[in-house]
Amino acid sequence: MKILVPVKRVPDPATTIRVLADGSGIATDNVKWVINPFDEIAIEEALRIKEKQAGGEVVLISIGQQTWQEQLRTGLAMGADRAILVRSETPLDPLAIARVIAKVAENEKPELIIIGKQAIDDDANQAGQMIAEMLGWPQATFASKIEFAGEKCTVVREVDGGLETIAFALPAVVTTDLRLNEPRYASLPGIMKARKKPLNEIAVDTLGVDLTPKLKIKTLKAPEKRQAGRKLASVQELVAALHTEAKVI
Amino acid sequence: MGDVLVFAEHKHGHFPKSTLVAISTGLEMARKRGGNCIAVVTGDNCDALAGEIAKYGVSKVIALEEPRLANYLSDAAAQALTALIRGRGAETVLATATAMGKDLMPRVAARLNAPMASEIIAINDDGTLVRPMYAGNALATVELEGPVRVVTVRGTAFDAAKATDSAAPVEKVKAELDAAGLKMEFVNFNEIESDRPQLTEAKIIVSGGRGLKSGENFKTVLEPLVDEMGAAMGASRAAVDAGFVPNDLQVGQTGKVVAPELYVAVGISGAIQHLAGMKDSKTIVAINKDEEAPIFSVADFGLVADLFKAVPEMTEEVKKLKH
Repeated sequence: MKILVPVKRVPDPATTIRVLADGSGIATDNVKWVINPFDEIAIEEALRIKEKQAGGEVVLISIGQQTWQEQLRTGLAMGADRAILVRSETPLDPLAIARVIAKVAENEKPELIIIGKQAIDDDANQAGQMIAEMLGWPQATFASKIEFAGEKCTVVREVDGGLETIAFALPAVVTTDLRLNEPRYASLPGIMKARKKPLNEIAVDTLGVDLTPKLKIKTLKAPEKRQAGRKLASVQELVAALHTEAKVI
Repeated sequence: MGDVLVFAEHKHGHFPKSTLVAISTGLEMARKRGGNCIAVVTGDNCDALAGEIAKYGVSKVIALEEPRLANYLSDAAAQALTALIRGRGAETVLATATAMGKDLMPRVAARLNAPMASEIIAINDDGTLVRPMYAGNALATVELEGPVRVVTVRGTAFDAAKATDSAAPVEKVKAELDAAGLKMEFVNFNEIESDRPQLTEAKIIVSGGRGLKSGENFKTVLEPLVDEMGAAMGASRAAVDAGFVPNDLQVGQTGKVVAPELYVAVGISGAIQHLAGMKDSKTIVAINKDEEAPIFSVADFGLVADLFKAVPEMTEEVKKLKH
């Protein structure tokens, strides 16, 4: 099975995010860049599927600048087979991202696209679903379990109120949720091997898809900071405060 | 034109609070955009549901019906909604950012070739929208271009619409579905049964973190407090990952976002991602034995204490209040 895994480069989740004074973006001088945690889960799942099926190919794809090679090499070091970097100097909006990935998928013909449910920088949670619609494929979002029986795929999804199971034939798009797996660390041999694995670059404007931005970020601002309250000395004081001051119980 | 079509999600024959939030958001957007707010109910037979939502101030309700819409599946729902939108020419398609809204709306957007803004928290007069990014550490003002836009709204951002004395007209429409494009099969739904209020609807939430140390402790230590307060129970990601409680209870950037009157965080350290899910709560209480825990920076009332002593004590004190 060929599995295509889109990978996004994002600030490490532990980063203290500072909005620039002019609202044009966030300060990046203190940022450590990593693979979007949900995409890491996607890579891990693809590797496990390949290992279980004793064959197949895991192909990573990123859309970004030269620096994004770092994250692709990390994914290759985890065990992916090859990577595609679609070079774009400016960030694309989710529709354009989806179009690019759908176009590459039309060429690569994977049986499965596994992608993180959301990127922890924009928290959009759109790309996977959009790719599925553009390709006319089934989608299973927020997956906590993926199983195969021949050409049929069954996915358990984390939804409001519980777990939903849906099934469909491949090819399909699955978006990952936290409990799907725990990603492996790249091993030292893996890191060495990764250097030799193919990482091909293509310029985004050679794909012939519409990249016109339709979602535009005009400005960013920091949210209002919540003021810290006070510490109390006992449970009795706490309950009294909630009753007489906050009047919530 | 400025019409807003609101996807009115329903479950077990009624509308959750999250849908009423979508309705009030749709009404505000329609007011600002100079159009009508129309609710769309999908399913097999939607008469009762359509009649119900018609009372909430919308201009019209469309009951979009088809046997294959009885159990929600994203491809069928996207097909049905998109065909309706193309036929009626709405400017905005709106839903609450529930699991269903998040699953469906991007598919609708792609099908319409329309941009989408996820989890908006405000609508500006100039038509731009505000949405959180970076786990709520930045608020972005965004603009959507094109004849149609798709929007999901954060369930805590607007008040729920209230029922009125009048009812809007209901139009029954047979959904157009193309069988060749329907490739998904609903197998089952394992619903978590609970007598407690829903996390997204509760006035009081008591959440537990890794500090509880086990699922058993959630039951014996936390749940008595939860129930004494008539609260919903939530959890940090760490507690869910450790298997203490089901995923449905996770509060945070990638779980549920809540904003109750009172949020009590027990044994939760307060990682950025957890704060993202609860920092808009009116009153926040933190109980943690680590006085440096980041949760105290957002708590109105903090108690540095061993939760295994403090929580049972609090349960007793709350009980006393009632007598």
